[in-house]
Amino acid sequence: MIELDGLTKRYGDKTAVDGLSFVVEPGVVTGFLGPNGAGKSTTMRLIAGLDRPTSGTVRVNGKHYPGAPAPMAELGILLDARSVHPGLSARNNLLALARTAGIGRRRVDEVIELAGLAEVAGTRAGGFSLGMGQRLGVAAALLGQPRTVVLDEPVNGLDPDGVRWIRLLLRSLADEGRTVFVSSHLMSEMAQTATHLVVLGRGRLITEASVEEFTSHATAAGVLVRTPETARLGQVLAAPGVTVINDGTDVVRVSGVTAEQIGAAAWRAHLPVYELTPAHASLEEAFMQVTKDSIEYHAGATR
Amino acid sequence: MSAPAVQAPATAQAPAPATAAGPVTQARVVRAEWTKLRGLRSTWWCGLGAIVLIVGLGAAVAEGGAPYKVTAANTAAAAISDSLLGLLLAQLMLGVVGVLAFSGEYGTGMIRATLAVVPARLPVLWAKLIVLAGLVLPVTLLCAVADFFTATALESARGGSVISLAAPGVLRTVAGSALYLTVIVIIGLALGGLLRKTAAGLAVFAAVFFVVPIIAGALPHSIQGFAPYLPSNAGGALWGNPLATGNPLSPWAGFAVLCGYAVVLTTAAAWRLRRRDA
Repeated sequence: MIELDGLTKRYGDKTAVDGLSFVVEPGVVTGFLGPNGAGKSTTMRLIAGLDRPTSGTVRVNGKHYPGAPAPMAELGILLDARSVHPGLSARNNLLALARTAGIGRRRVDEVIELAGLAEVAGTRAGGFSLGMGQRLGVAAALLGQPRTVVLDEPVNGLDPDGVRWIRLLLRSLADEGRTVFVSSHLMSEMAQTATHLVVLGRGRLITEASVEEFTSHATAAGVLVRTPETARLGQVLAAPGVTVINDGTDVVRVSGVTAEQIGAAAWRAHLPVYELTPAHASLEEAFMQVTKDSIEYHAGATR
Repeated sequence: MSAPAVQAPATAQAPAPATAAGPVTQARVVRAEWTKLRGLRSTWWCGLGAIVLIVGLGAAVAEGGAPYKVTAANTAAAAISDSLLGLLLAQLMLGVVGVLAFSGEYGTGMIRATLAVVPARLPVLWAKLIVLAGLVLPVTLLCAVADFFTATALESARGGSVISLAAPGVLRTVAGSALYLTVIVIIGLALGGLLRKTAAGLAVFAAVFFVVPIIAGALPHSIQGFAPYLPSNAGGALWGNPLATGNPLSPWAGFAVLCGYAVVLTTAAAWRLRRRDA
């Protein structure tokens, strides 16, 4: 569990994080969303005690992290891919961290295997691609089997295989009862991985919501349907709360009903449908809207 | 293990006692720092360089000039000091090792990983200090002893005086050179931790040890009074730095002054490590 209470960090006269208060619960994956420069990384550095808050507090598993007797058992953190020594091999990078907690080589080899780095474990980390550096950073975060895992943009630079690996990993960590807090600037990525979202904009908390809440808000933007019978489709779907917008092409944007309902209705009316696309991109749009204009979304947000 | 619902990669399994994370102790942080230092190529290159310089230059000096005759003016200890001329370059290599041991972590970003697992921070500084001093002291002592035997054997073979370790000041010179280099590596480490940038740390180190003494030597005598207290000159009193003869400080007083610099810089580095954002 991570508890932030009025957490504020100023660098000179620039406020990077402004009065953040929220709780990251164990057992679920919590996404930390915000555009670049929103203060996500600063918040994570404050959680790990690397930066001191100007005011406010942050607690990890109920404790002040820098005072924890066994830090690696409490918190594992990936800050950015480049927090490894390029002159040390992947194994020595991990071993150097493991030694501080009395963790042996066996566990180091385990996380190397887990991160898919077995073949390059003896290679100097300086030659690693962004994706491999990312895998090494994730391996380091998992070394101590921490109760809380914090990962800053873990899918950055990963190939599709790596992205899938991270998704499965995050879920299994949460299933084991750990607290999992992952930042991203990609709403679509978070929608697939997280169950809870914390959205940050310009250092301030914009909203906290479950992914369902966020998604339902977002998918209200509609479903795109391509059909030669646009007018008849409009008649078939006509109902209170349903809007069908036709911009003159063979594509209409329908909102108020799900893609499943549209497909079924079209089938019953014998209308040919060539394309039926829930407007997934509008997830990003909703996110952009939310981060641009916090007040509008606050009505739908739950605390 | 939970039921394999998805074909997931092996993940962090239920904690097994043998691999669990324990408390951070100073001894564990020392092991961690040794893992880093041992794993870096620069450590071995600089260490090898220092060995070659000390012993090799010692042999070269012993072969040069007229055979050394011990007299009242030319002491046995001064002969050994001359043969240790390689220290002047070896101190640069060890200064680099010291600075890099800290600034290298800031430059690469590894410091964030290091301090995230040792959030108390100060154990990292002490561990680096212990590991560096623990490596440099025995290695440089072996170098100095090897230099002593090589140089004295070469001198006596070509007709110079036979010099034994028991001659006045000789043992102090040999052991003192290792002590000097050990404090130098600590000063480098403290500079690296204090300044955090490799370029800044090396520039200050080189300026203080190589440039300022030369400038001080060129100043009028009336304002030269601080020269013996410069770290290289003060420390040079212990091992008889041939470029800084006539130091009014006694050997051990000079070494105490050098240690004073190391203590002040290390304290400043500790303060910065503890107080400032990483």
